[in-house]
Amino acid sequence: MKALVWHGKEDIRCDTVTDPEIQDPRDAIIKVTSCAICGSDLHLFHNFIPGMLPGDIMGHETMGEVVEVGSGVDGKLKKGDRIVVPFTIICGECEQCKRGNFSVCETTNRKRHLADKVFGHATAGLFGYTHLTGGYPGGQAEYLRVPYADATHIKVPAGIPDEQLLFLSDIFPTGWQAAAQCDIEPTDTVAIWGCGPVGQMAIRSAILLGANQVIAIDCLPERLSMAEAGGATTINFETESVLERLQELTDGKGPEKCIDCVGMESHVMASLPDTLLDRAKQMVMAESDRPHVLREMIYVCRPGGIISVPGVYSGLSDMLPMGAFMNKGLTMRTGQTHVNRWTDDLLRRIEDGEIDPSFVITHTVPLEQGPEMYQVFRDKRDSCVKVVLKP
Amino acid sequence: MFHFSNIVRTKGDPEIVESGPSLKRPVDQLARGLGWFSIGLGVVELFAPRRVTETLGMEGHETLVRSFGLREIMAGIMTLSVEKNAGLWARVGGDGLDAAALLSGLTPDNPKKGNIALALLMVGGIAMLDYRAAQDTTPRRPPRDARRKLYPNRSGFPKGIESVRSAARQIAHAGHNEVKQGDARRVP
Repeated sequence: MKALVWHGKEDIRCDTVTDPEIQDPRDAIIKVTSCAICGSDLHLFHNFIPGMLPGDIMGHETMGEVVEVGSGVDGKLKKGDRIVVPFTIICGECEQCKRGNFSVCETTNRKRHLADKVFGHATAGLFGYTHLTGGYPGGQAEYLRVPYADATHIKVPAGIPDEQLLFLSDIFPTGWQAAAQCDIEPTDTVAIWGCGPVGQMAIRSAILLGANQVIAIDCLPERLSMAEAGGATTINFETESVLERLQELTDGKGPEKCIDCVGMESHVMASLPDTLLDRAKQMVMAESDRPHVLREMIYVCRPGGIISVPGVYSGLSDMLPMGAFMNKGLTMRTGQTHVNRWTDDLLRRIEDGEIDPSFVITHTVPLEQGPEMYQVFRDKRDSCVKVVLKP
Repeated sequence: MFHFSNIVRTKGDPEIVESGPSLKRPVDQLARGLGWFSIGLGVVELFAPRRVTETLGMEGHETLVRSFGLREIMAGIMTLSVEKNAGLWARVGGDGLDAAALLSGLTPDNPKKGNIALALLMVGGIAMLDYRAAQDTTPRRPPRDARRKLYPNRSGFPKGIESVRSAARQIAHAGHNEVKQGDARRVP
């Protein structure tokens, strides 16, 4: 089969690889009908997250049709079922899964000895996202083996196009969880850094959850226009001071809720010296993340407020203003997304026509064009916001 | 390379049968080579400056050579990183500094001026490669003033934003937020 394979920094190729096989009775194989490139795939493209090996198949936003099931799937899936595959692989049986904390499933990371050393405790296995999270082959391919398939799936009805359902795999529940863990009140201002695909979903989620005002921060006109279309007031950080504008828009009090949809690769600007220093340190491996957005959020957030971090961080971040964080009594909530915790509700909202997540798609191309779309997406060429690949 | 990593791959996981074309261009390989060359030269200058100054007949300038070594290593690391274009331009600048330092040693009384001439020739050749690579690796990001497509009609709300806002207000007035953290903890 064809698959997008990681060969090294900035080197992803469309290779011919062997077909996946059932390895465990709880496995299923799907024929992929749609998959997407995620912003967090770019961290792997840049080799900023350790644990990738040449030959690893990329991709964790995938859906398709079940073509084979293992004997242990126990009737929960059958051939022909249409499923979206959540990016977090879950067993559904461990203590964390029973609590709904699916992204920290205790069972599915098959290389937990690595993750235990790096993070203290292993988190769930993820598709196509380094050997720290199990080294599972990803879904930017023609076929995908879904481990623990009896639990790791979202069954979706026929009649709704892939484009509306695909993002249940990651960015929609990720944006939703980011907003939901802010405990939004009707009087709240929610400020969202980053208007990439997750940021766009977080904006819509904050509106759906009843925020009084949503403020979106980015520098790309196409992304800001999309954020505005979704109901946000926008700030272009290249032409305006984020701190001053946020103060203006909140009567000098700061937003109650702040969401970081940027993560470890924040924009580097000469006018922001900390970003230059972070970039230099990242280059010599003296720091793994560029946490400018975290610093700014802690500084600007209203005392007693909540900071929500769906943006991916990989390791060590320097110079976080813990004094301000502690004295202002802020709460930080973060984590990979507990996808299945939210998807029943989100699927219902899509079916009811409350939201159509396909608004974010700007490019749809065959799988074979995937490698060059990584570059287009990374360089923000052709006003690219979200790429869907069709195997 | 993937043949080695296949050894640690879990049995049954897909393995590469035939590799597709790489997007890496020859200039990317050149940049990589220049990056490693920069680090190698930098290490020599940093740890064996006396050998360098003796070869060039420029004894007494060891501190300068050490600082150049540090500069070479920094530029090399940058050239091997995602910011290779900045690293290559840093190397072009460094080539200018190298040439200026070598020219200052090209005096009639220097018995090693032949070596300096050779070194200048090398610096000139490498500078040309650096310049060429820097030009060819210019990031293909659109310029800031480029015309961009805008998406003012992509709200994502088929029934309109006002309908969503009023539904959210009604839910709030009814005294419950429809989604709380921890709801819908369901396994399919």
